[in-house]
Amino acid sequence: MNATAEPTCDLTRMDPILARYPAERRSLVMVLQDVQKTYQYLPRPALERVAEALGVPRSHVFHLATFYKAFSLKPRGRHICTVCMGTACHVRGALRLVEHVERRAGLKAGETTPDLELTLETVNCVGACALGPVVIVDGEYVGSATTTKVDKALKGIVKGAVEEQEA
Amino acid sequence: MTRRITDAAHLERLRTELQAARDPERKAVAVCAGTGCVAYGSRKLTAAFREAVAARKLDVEVRATGCHGFCERGPLVVVFPAHIFYQRVQPKDVDEILDRTVAKGEVLERLLYVDPSTGQKHVHEEEVPFYAHQHRLILGFNGRIDPESLDDYVANGGYRALARTLTSMLPEQVIEAVTKAGLRGRGGAGFPTGRKWALCRQALGNPKYVVCNADEGDPGAFMDRSVLEGNPHGVVEGMILGAYAVGAREGYVYVRNEYPLAVERLSLAVTAARDAGLLGSNILGRDFSFDIHITRGAGAFVCGEETALLASIEGNPGQPRFRPPYPAQSGLWGKPTVINNVETWVNVPLILDRGVDWYAGIGTAGSKGTKIFSLVGKVNNTGLVEVPMGATLRHIVYGIGGGIQGGRAFKAVQTGGPSGGCLPAEQLDLQIDFESLTAAGSMMGSGGMIVMDDRTCMVDVARYFIDFLIEESCGKCVPCREGLTQMGHLLHAITEGRATDDTLAELEALAPVVQDASLCALGQTAPNPVLSTIKYFRDEYLAHIRDHRCPAGVCKALITYSINDKCTGCMVCARQCPEHAITGERKKLHVIDTAKCTRCGICQSVCKFDAVDVR
Repeated sequence: MNATAEPTCDLTRMDPILARYPAERRSLVMVLQDVQKTYQYLPRPALERVAEALGVPRSHVFHLATFYKAFSLKPRGRHICTVCMGTACHVRGALRLVEHVERRAGLKAGETTPDLELTLETVNCVGACALGPVVIVDGEYVGSATTTKVDKALKGIVKGAVEEQEA
Repeated sequence: MTRRITDAAHLERLRTELQAARDPERKAVAVCAGTGCVAYGSRKLTAAFREAVAARKLDVEVRATGCHGFCERGPLVVVFPAHIFYQRVQPKDVDEILDRTVAKGEVLERLLYVDPSTGQKHVHEEEVPFYAHQHRLILGFNGRIDPESLDDYVANGGYRALARTLTSMLPEQVIEAVTKAGLRGRGGAGFPTGRKWALCRQALGNPKYVVCNADEGDPGAFMDRSVLEGNPHGVVEGMILGAYAVGAREGYVYVRNEYPLAVERLSLAVTAARDAGLLGSNILGRDFSFDIHITRGAGAFVCGEETALLASIEGNPGQPRFRPPYPAQSGLWGKPTVINNVETWVNVPLILDRGVDWYAGIGTAGSKGTKIFSLVGKVNNTGLVEVPMGATLRHIVYGIGGGIQGGRAFKAVQTGGPSGGCLPAEQLDLQIDFESLTAAGSMMGSGGMIVMDDRTCMVDVARYFIDFLIEESCGKCVPCREGLTQMGHLLHAITEGRATDDTLAELEALAPVVQDASLCALGQTAPNPVLSTIKYFRDEYLAHIRDHRCPAGVCKALITYSINDKCTGCMVCARQCPEHAITGERKKLHVIDTAKCTRCGICQSVCKFDAVDVR
């Protein structure tokens, strides 16, 4: 867990999610996805609420929440930087970009900055292979990415991302 | 289209009306809205066209289409009726395109595609070598239709196969047609689709299900994404036909959550088909009902394996189970289930619309039809290519792909994702089909084709795939979970200069155990990237092990960067070096302090003068 305290969880935001799907086990993955979309991660009280509402054991909900890579039990940042590590991106230097963001933002892939500003994630493949290497910042794709282009995309999120270059 | 289509004759009347309402001479601008072009700004471009057309009150249709495949040159625009093809179009080009090309039919030279090998400019899409050497049965739809419009699909012949099948064929005849056409599963293994359907139809148990596997997990492959984004109704029509053939009333599409645009377009297509009466009860007025649910995946590679995928739909962790029984006998909730990949489903309407003999005439003796490959990596023209089965690697890499970037040497092509292998230059004339790829030590897989040049290290590629699979192994069986971890240790030892000849022997001894003793295809095929690289690139392994040298200049523990006399002293590398390891004055040769250097390679990537060497 990060040094930062976990944000409080407003459980009323769970109601529309649970109303959207039948209260059955097969809805579980979809419900968890919507929970993560709402809170940016899976807060423990929300998972307990899901278990109760769908009538499945808490252990099963946690099994799923930890099995699937898309889910995070830790709070994530307000901004998400995703570096694609697919084969096409790998052979065109994706690792260099991950290391670059790690250095710039002072965190490791999979981590969130203590001020909850940025989460750096790697994914297996986003299917934009022809543009490799690809970095996604808050849903915006940066194709044929270079360290310079990534710095531009992170401007205002990571302090010093562009300023240092222009100096 | 909001009206409900009551029967097959109604659909045909509607099609005739829609086609009659379309003027082939109508002025139109089609902007590619595939993920690649969107990443290059095609949404802003489409908006700019729409604004400009509205501001000038022009009678010009602005259409956002599915992926055209030539992602490398995006955003792509085609101007109708003359079919003029522009690439790398920016919002600042909009006015000139409308003023000159749309209004007067003039061609803007600077936006044309220039063939890098001949310097020749091409005006029309079909003349560009990237397209000219393809056979675009499936991808052809992408550029023609608006994926968010059912009308567009119908006007282009959509749901004709469904109408004809429901009114004139028995389910058994549909299965027979698919079998005779020789359709094989495009998800990787190439199982005959008709045989799978027949098994499911004959299986006892009710209800039955059809499932579309859209969990395209192979890194480097994105053809299913493009089909879902560009022609979602094609997949829906294929599934309805499959459901009719096997006797299913419900279907599921399991699609990756990493593909938000595909989920959106597919959801629109399903809703539109339902509103039109093409899904739901009594489809086209017949005694046949079927509906489709969409389930989103959650980022587990193993869910591409069919039994894991079914477990995931049921709301369980995606762990594979032993087969038999096969899903066709006992699948979703223990009921007979046909599960096919996106590309397989979209082939079905083609077969039933254009005929078994036509389809069986394309391809090789054992593999029929076309295959879509995602041609990526270090090749000039990256994108999606569709060729008949039996095309050679050379045709794809050189004829369509235009050769290797920067005129460097071809080294290998990786096919089949983490289950596949790397094929060297000697295999360039291999005719690609399911059998030939397997015999060469790789596999078809879903169709990723990653081209590698002399700066790609084959040991690093093997390590990359094994690390990927260690992470993605579901952990159920020991040979996969632990065997891959050990293979990973051995490969890291090689890339980090800690290996001996025994390391290689241990790798070769462990690989067959993982292959033989794992439960599902993930583990059974996991050693392929290692075995194929050892088979074809043994010298490169030995260079790492015996000489502590990475010939491609990739493995960090074994390389050194230096600056050669092409350096102009521009200082770009010195400014960008995160470790401040580069010194030198303006306009004088720079020097890298190898003690400080962390071998991140940024200096080489920013140098415009090819002055940074790696050894």
